[in-house]
Amino acid sequence: MSGWEVGLLDDTALRLLGGVVLVLILASLTAAVLAKLLGPTSTITNLRQRINAWWLMVAVIGAALAAGETVTIILFLLLSLLALREFITISPTTRGDHKVLVWLVFIIPAVHYWFIWEHWYGMFSVFIPVYAFLFLPARNALAGQTKGFLQRAASIQWALMVCVYAISHAPALLQLPVAMEVGREAAEGSSSGSGGAAGAHLLLFLLIVVQGSDVLQYIWGKTLGKHPIAPKVSPNKTWEGFIGGVLSATALGAALWWLTPFTPLAAAALALVSCVMGFAGGLVMSAIKRDRGIKDFGSTIPGHGGIMDRLDSLCFAAPVFFHAVRFFYT
Amino acid sequence: MSFAKRSLAKVITGFAGARVISQHGETDPELPDQAIFYANHCSHLDFLTIWAALPDELQKRTRPIAAKDYWGSGVRKRIAERIFNAYLVDRHGSNSTRQRESRSGVSPKGQIQGMAEVLDAGDSLIIFPEGTRGDGESIAAFRGGLYRLAQHSPQIPVVPVTLANVGRILPKGELIPVPHLSTVVFCDPIHIESGEEQQDFLARARQILIDCLIEHQTTFQDNSAAQNPAGPDTPESRQ
Repeated sequence: MSGWEVGLLDDTALRLLGGVVLVLILASLTAAVLAKLLGPTSTITNLRQRINAWWLMVAVIGAALAAGETVTIILFLLLSLLALREFITISPTTRGDHKVLVWLVFIIPAVHYWFIWEHWYGMFSVFIPVYAFLFLPARNALAGQTKGFLQRAASIQWALMVCVYAISHAPALLQLPVAMEVGREAAEGSSSGSGGAAGAHLLLFLLIVVQGSDVLQYIWGKTLGKHPIAPKVSPNKTWEGFIGGVLSATALGAALWWLTPFTPLAAAALALVSCVMGFAGGLVMSAIKRDRGIKDFGSTIPGHGGIMDRLDSLCFAAPVFFHAVRFFYT
Repeated sequence: MSFAKRSLAKVITGFAGARVISQHGETDPELPDQAIFYANHCSHLDFLTIWAALPDELQKRTRPIAAKDYWGSGVRKRIAERIFNAYLVDRHGSNSTRQRESRSGVSPKGQIQGMAEVLDAGDSLIIFPEGTRGDGESIAAFRGGLYRLAQHSPQIPVVPVTLANVGRILPKGELIPVPHLSTVVFCDPIHIESGEEQQDFLARARQILIDCLIEHQTTFQDNSAAQNPAGPDTPESRQ
């Protein structure tokens, strides 16, 4: 092993992040040239905001991984809470739901992420879909407000599944290498950080493929997009963007096979599945936004919108990627 | 102190996830040097949020109106008066709004006098014309003070402030605030038109907040028609 190792980042991961930085430099330069050529149109301003936000997001993820698994898990807990705040703001909750919302925000996510930190797969995988799912509506029924009960209970459950449960599968990737090495049973309760650099590689692979797919779909859509896939849900999602984006992101995933325990073909297949799931996530969140009459979930990330606008694809891709890898490789 | 206050304002807007915009969506709303701000009311966070959303210069010279029966003693009084420069009004310690309603012809006289003096001194006011916190799902009928203040100082613009989702963070009767993304909308100033009756002015002022809430708070429905006569009857639940 060569000397470069910071937290969960070994020299391979650092070289990869160096590559990401190069891409960002290229993107910033391209945007600057476009701005010179086309003037400050709203699309260009938005593009530059997006690229600047990418710099920040890459820096934050890189710093978290360099600080180790605990910090990375805390980062994703915070992201979950910010996403949850956006989601409950647009949910049809009323005053009667307040006590349930206190559980939803202050207690359940922390407990759930603690199970991840413990590498306690059994509890991490059932806590929200079983225990929280049954507890929250019961607590809400005790509060006594019946009007719109199913809608309110369902929205709260959805918020939890999407913003906390689904997103948390991304940092849960960090512990998968332990199960690959010593088997699933022995991996239960292994110490935090024991997934090592291989865990960080899995997480980076997923993040780069899924977020790359978003970016590539945006680029293909902006340049060639003509035929909308679901015009009533999102006029910006076109067949050209979808096919071009997913295929090129799949190629990107295949090209990153050396980062993972996968063969190039398996890496392509997993990337393809993740990109299609990511697309589905974006589509579903668009439908929710459309229904609630909003354009974005928030304005936390300049150019992108809210946290949920950025993480919508990861929400759907992370759990499927996690379970596919766990099924085939452990 | 000024730095401390600015930091406090940042903490409050950060916690309330507050986006401050104008009626037309600009992120840096233009505000007059002196104004009578009025807003919908459903949370103890309301006046803190507006206070925090004001630009520095205006914040220094703006006095939120707060109820003496809640903010008038001990630590709360010190916080309200020293930090937020609140102007405490006596609601005569009545327990139900109905009681207050019946007395409203007499009791607020002295209060309106006091608030008018605040305006005369060159300061701005933040008032909640509903008089008490509502359930966040509708806006109660306005009481007359807003009209009388606007009449007293016709040169001072009356600025409607819509608080969207603030009441959902800390609804009436709850102790633990739950984060939501709120929006503070500073609407275009209004004035009493010549010959405009109190009732008409108040209805117009209230409608501005309703329209704005419908736009900015997805859970808000205008059930004011059904709510108007029955609404203010609910007894105030205080800890």
